[in-house]
This record gives sequence, structure tokens and C-alpha cells, in this order.
Amino acid sequence: MKGARGLIAEAIYALRSSPRLIIGSSIFFFYVVLAVIGPLLYPVDPRKPTFEHLQPPSLQHPLGTDILGRDLFAQLIHGTYYSLKIGFMAAILTSILGIMIGGVGGYFGGVIDDLLTLITNIFLCVPTIALLIILAAYFRVRSEWIVILLLGITTWPSMARSIRSQILSLKVREFVDTAKLCGMSSLKILFREVLPNMLAYIVMYFILNIAIAIVSEAGLSAIGLGPTEIISLGMILRWAIVWEAVRYGAWWWFIPPGLSITLISLSLLMINDALDKLYNPRARTTR
Amino acid sequence: MTHWISSIILEHGLPDDEGVGKMLLRAIDLKGGYAIRSGFVKAVDGCSLTLSEGEILGIIGESGCGKSTLGKLLMGFTMPPLKLLNGKALIEEIDLYSYDLEDRRRFWGSLISMMPQYSMNALNPTMKIKDFIYDFLKHHKRDITREEALEIASDRLKSLNLSPNVLDMYPFELSGGMKQRVVIMVSTLLNPKTLICDEPTSALDVSTQRVLLELLYNMVKLEKIVSSMIIISHDVAAISQICDTLYVMYAGKIVEKGSLNDIIEEPLHPYTKALISSVLTPEERVRRGKITGLKGAPPDLLNPPVYCRFAARCPSAFSKCKQAEPPLIRIGNREVACWLFSGE
Amino acid sequence: MSILLRVEKLTKIFTAGGIFGSKMKVMAVNNISFECGKGEILGIIGESGSGKTTTMKMILKLYKPTEGKIYFQGKDVWTIPSKEYYRHVQGVFQDPYSSINPVYKVRYLFDNIFDNLLGDIPVDERREILNEVLDRVQLKAEEVLYKYSYELSGGQLQRVLLAACLLVNPELIIADEPTSMIDASMRVAILNVMKSLKEEEGNSIIFITHDIGQAFYVCDRLLVMHKGEIVEEGNAEEVVFHPQHPYTKRLIADVPKLGKKLILRR
Repeated sequence: MKGARGLIAEAIYALRSSPRLIIGSSIFFFYVVLAVIGPLLYPVDPRKPTFEHLQPPSLQHPLGTDILGRDLFAQLIHGTYYSLKIGFMAAILTSILGIMIGGVGGYFGGVIDDLLTLITNIFLCVPTIALLIILAAYFRVRSEWIVILLLGITTWPSMARSIRSQILSLKVREFVDTAKLCGMSSLKILFREVLPNMLAYIVMYFILNIAIAIVSEAGLSAIGLGPTEIISLGMILRWAIVWEAVRYGAWWWFIPPGLSITLISLSLLMINDALDKLYNPRARTTR
Repeated sequence: MTHWISSIILEHGLPDDEGVGKMLLRAIDLKGGYAIRSGFVKAVDGCSLTLSEGEILGIIGESGCGKSTLGKLLMGFTMPPLKLLNGKALIEEIDLYSYDLEDRRRFWGSLISMMPQYSMNALNPTMKIKDFIYDFLKHHKRDITREEALEIASDRLKSLNLSPNVLDMYPFELSGGMKQRVVIMVSTLLNPKTLICDEPTSALDVSTQRVLLELLYNMVKLEKIVSSMIIISHDVAAISQICDTLYVMYAGKIVEKGSLNDIIEEPLHPYTKALISSVLTPEERVRRGKITGLKGAPPDLLNPPVYCRFAARCPSAFSKCKQAEPPLIRIGNREVACWLFSGE
Repeated sequence: MSILLRVEKLTKIFTAGGIFGSKMKVMAVNNISFECGKGEILGIIGESGSGKTTTMKMILKLYKPTEGKIYFQGKDVWTIPSKEYYRHVQGVFQDPYSSINPVYKVRYLFDNIFDNLLGDIPVDERREILNEVLDRVQLKAEEVLYKYSYELSGGQLQRVLLAACLLVNPELIIADEPTSMIDASMRVAILNVMKSLKEEEGNSIIFITHDIGQAFYVCDRLLVMHKGEIVEEGNAEEVVFHPQHPYTKRLIADVPKLGKKLILRR
């Protein structure tokens, strides 16, 4: 009981003392709400063409329409949903792979570590974007899960490396010795003693991964290698490029999605920044 | 001349009292502490102190007794969250607290200087020692040049029998003892009237400690680089080597004052007695395995008792002890804050 | 007196450096041998870098010796499975803040010990035993169990770690500066607890410190270590009042004493 109240009190204190956290979380929260509640409050089919082509924003179409007369606000809502979903799931995949490979290698050392580090280094040397492009082009039809998979398996190496070095330094800390003296097995020590000490770091890296995945997906989509069956923010941009929205002066087509991608990643980075200051009191400036 | 003096000292040990002169520092009823969420912790609750020229005063006490806070209040170092509630600190008749915090800065380093705890770890790792010294001197004398600073520093190092080579080194190249000596040297570069040292010998090994204590002693008594010194420590045996006077602190108050020999040989206050008997040294005086320590802990300074603060743990406590707080009572040339001495 | 622990020609060399550069070797412990008897408090005195902490970690099976053997009750310690070994041998490390996992509250440490080493104690008896053990080091359960390590003072944490040892009640406790952060007045009380462990229950303690005064107060025998070697060994009074080795002589001479003032050396 006391613990929960303490945590909430701490969270409130954190929110109050960091404008960055407030702004970042608000922006991100806004987009999450948009993605989840949006379709209920604005049940317009984003793929339905109408006869109102390239209309600027109006009461009927708050963000205007594209060249096929499809409502852009509806597209933004759906796009946000899928971008966030892909970003989140890809980040989970990256984090699981990164923690497992980096963690096991770092903690157990020896041959296992040498092998896992070798694999990590090979993956690190391969240019991510090129790999992504080649793999994406290989699949003619790409569901969102294929994209999630692709993003996950190309971004885990750098996280694995960071996790490994954190574990290397944690494993020689004295509380690990104390745990050994209590008779704990190595595996128990890794999961119960070492990893929880990295929780802050893992959370921050995870948030960073979401931002990276969202931007990567947008990049893939923009060159036509994104998910083929759904609308994501990157897909809207793709259509804007293909249909030469700039030439038509249809700013309401490409600015909202571009701005949204930027704001979502920016808000995530702001949250990360605030968390960093929270977890590293030494990094805080004195008042 | 110094060779002759040092050979005499070699034979007979250090002289007991090197002629203590006029009064330099005077603190009257200092009260101060820290504001925390649940209230105000009065770390120092009514302490008065006098320090004379040529005197080395030791403030002993255990953790939480307020001795570090007292050191800071003595020089007017009331950086937040430390706050002065009441009292005066006069150095050479200059009333420190009549100046603003910002104005007090010009006295720090030049008139009164402090070496805080762990200061040897505060040396900037990216600056060579000579650059650090130049920085420090420039703060006090705007127009000083690097060469002048270097000269002042080398002269001082030579007079303290330290190698001038350290000037070209980075802090990480120096051992703990060397770093501590560098810090002492820099904090006394402008020949302040008083140097306050907070735990100067902690984290040093025994041989380095000894060298350091000798250095501190020389600076006051032989070289007269500083006119007087206050040493704050929990290590009674260490500071008893060079102090003339001892003040014993407990729970924010000074409970006993007196000359070093008096207090060590015949402690009056029950706390002082317990403290001195708990000092473990490899000597005959230590009855191996048969000393009893004190039970319990000092009172909470958020809500201290209105009566004697030591009463709860005192083996000689009687009725009056739980009624009122004893003032400092004069016995000969000592002072004790204990009802046992209130006139029987 | 029967021998509990025997250390024979123990050496530890640390290597640092990569595949391409030359490997740097540091000999932390150099061919030391000593014994600790049952019901004895053995002091290991040395300054930082003397190898005393490394020795402790080797006895606690946290480092593997480069050479030499360690025998506990006649058996090579590396043949004893860890869970069993740590019921007989326990340790207290120097820095209490590093020794307790900052993510968990203090009670986690005791729960761990109960779960992993003392599984045969029924759950409803745990609280009582814990209270008793904390009381011996002058701590109250409510004051410490539900706090994080950074919320407690160094002195409190050191007593917590000692209490954890007392809980296991091993035949041999190795304590590295166990009272360094405890105030002088309470320190004697804690040292007395150690003494009573030896006198009343027959535990042995290896007391590692650089503070000769404390070692003199509580230890029966003393070992003096310098640069990885044992330079002197003997009864506490012998070593302190009649040191033989020049290093020991200098060490004892440099310790500040209340009875004798410093003499300047030039």
C-alpha cells in the first residue's frame, strides 16, 4: 500500500518538476488518444473516394481531401494508429532480442559471450537501411507484422551491445557477491539482481526504440516499401509524393502526417530526456 | 636555526602549548540548520566558540552532532539549504553575518578558509594543479599573472617541504595524501587568519595521516602561515596529536570545553567519558575486550528534547536531567554542560 | 585448538590487457599461508592495496586463486558446493552501500537468505528470529527492513550486513572493515558482539582492517599484510607491543595514540 502511494507521489513530483515531461507526455498522449478514440468520434472511411478532390481543410473535411477525394483527417487517425502500433511492437521485438542476446552474453561471458558478440558485430556492420530495403523488396505483399519483424531484426544489435556493457559493469558490483553468498544461482542473480538495476536504462532505450521504429517505418513507406495493406503515416506521405501534392500546393496533405511523425518522435525523446534527469540525479543542474 | 629547533623536538616531542595569543575568532550563540519537508533540523543549537592566535582547536563528536555544520556557520558559509537562525560570528572583529552571502565571499580564502570533507576529491580532474591555483588566485586578485601565481605557489610548496613538481601534474597522478596536501596548500595560499579543516585525515592511511597532521601543526606553530586552526573530526586519537583545545559536541550542542590534556586525562561530561573510553588505540590503556560502549542513539534533531539531550543514554542521569537543559558550567578553566557539576 | 581454515601458498595474479597489447599482471596476493582456529578471532591488518580484500574474496570463493589451496574443516573449499559452503562461511564487505542491491528494500536481503540458505526454518518463525538477530546489533526491524539502502546511514547498513551474517550463524565470518562507518561509541558495542560470538558460541572471525586499535581490541592473533605478503604473525599483544618486522614497527609507530604525542621525524 505504502509502496503504491509512494510511487504515485514520486510520479506526481516528477511531472511537476519537469516541464519537458509534461509537454512530451501530453503530445504523445494526444496522439494515442487520437489513434484509439479517433475512429469512434470520426467514423469516416479513409479509403472512400469522393468527388471532392484536393479540397483544403473545411468543416466537412477538417484536414481536407487528397487527389482521390479521400478524407485526410480519417487517414491521419488511422495512420497514427498503425504507426504507433508498428513502432511499439517493433520496439518490443528489438528490446527482447537486445536484452536476451546482450544479457546472456554479458553475464555468462566466456565462449557464449564471444559467440553472441560475434553475431552482434556482424549484424552491426551490415547497413541497416540497405538490409531493410532489400528484405522489404523481397516481399511483394507486406502485412504490418512483416514490417514489425523487419524493423525488429535490424535494430537489435546496438541495444544488445549497450545492454551487454551495462551488465559487464553490474556483474562485478558487490551486491552480486552478496547474492552469491546467499546461495543464489547464476540465472537467478541475472534476472533478480542484475536486470532490475538496469530497468531505468531498459525503459529509456525502449522508448527510444519506439521513436526509431516509427521514423524507420515512415522512411520505408515513403519509398514504397512499407506495409502494403494498411495506412500508416508514412503511407500518407508516400501517396503525397506519388501524386505530387507539392506541385498542387496541397499543404494539407503532406504537412499533417510529416508534422505528426516529427511530433511523436520528438515527444518520445522529450520523455526520455526527462526520465534521464529523473534517474540520474547527478545530471540534474542545481537550482 | 630550524635545524636546531627540530633536533630538540626530536628528542623531547612537541611542546605542549606554543603560546596562544590574542582572540581571533569569536562565535556567539550560533543556531542554524536545514529545512526539510517535515520541518527544520537545527543541526547547531546555540554554540559559542573562541579561538586565539596560535591556537589549534579540535571539535570532536560523532556523526550527526553538528560539527560540520558548525564549521560552515563559523565562516558564514550559509549556502542553501543551510540557514542561520541566530547568532554572530566575528573574525578579527568583523561581523561576518552583517554582510550578505555574496559579500562574504571576499573573506573566504583570504581571511578565513575552509577545507571541507573529501575536498581532495573535488580537485578538477581536467586541470593541472598550477592552473587550478591560478584560477583560485585570480578570483582574489584580478590582475595576477600566471607567472606570479606559479611563483607564489612554488615558494609556498618549498616552505612546506613539498616538491614543486606537483604543479605540473593532474590530480589523478597524485596519491590521496598528496592531493590532501595540495588542497591544504591552496586553501592557505593567501595566509588566512583561520583555517577550518573538516575531517582532514579520513580516507588516508596511517602514515600519510601522520605526515598531514605534522603539516597542519607546522603551518600554525612553526611557519605561521595561518594564525589559527579549527579541526573537525570524529577521530579523537588523530586530532589529539596536535590540538591545544578540545570542544566536544553532542546533538547540536557543545557539552564540554577544555584543554586537550584535561579532557583526555580527566573527561568530566559523561558523554565525553564514554567517548574517550571508546577510543581504541594499540596501547595499554585499552582493556582488551572489556570496554562497554554506549547504547542507544542521539535524539532526533527535528524535535529535540527540552531537557538534557544526553539524559536518555547517560549512566549518571538523575531527576534534574530530565527537567531542564544544563548550561555550560565553568569548572576551573573548563566548561561542562552537565547538571552533575551545578554546585554540590 | 582445532583448525577451521587453512590457507596454503595462496597466490592471486590479476591480468589486464588485450590480445594485441602486452598483458599487464598485478600480483595482489603472493604466496601466503596461514591458519584460523575454531573459536578464534584472527585479525588481518594492512593498508589499502595490501591484498587483504583479495584474500577474503578467495576464501569466500568469489575469486579463483591463481595458485595455492584453501581448506575448510580439512576439505578443499572448491570441492564443497556453494549452498553448503555459505552455511558455514559468510562475509561482510567493506562498502555497505555497494553490498546491498539498491533496487530492493532491506528485507529482500533477509528473505533471500531464508529462501536459499535456511530453507528448513518454518515461515512463521522467521520474523522472530530476524527480530532477535537485529536486536543484537541494536537495530529495530521497523526502522530498517522496509527501507531502501540509500535511506539508511552507513552505520545502520553495516549493522544490517552483520545481522545477515548472524542470521546464517556460520562457523567462520570474514568481516572487511565491518565497523568503519559506525560511530565510535557504538563501535565498541558491535565489537563486543563479535567477541561474544566467539566466547559464547565458538564462531571464528577473520577481522580485516587497517585500524590497528580495533584489531588490538578484539582479535586474539594478528597477521600483518603488506604488498600481498604476510610480514608478521603472532598474538595481538606481541605484534602490537613487540613488532619485529620493520613495516610493522613503522605502522605501529605511526598510529596516533592518546598517551603519547607525535614525534617529528626529519
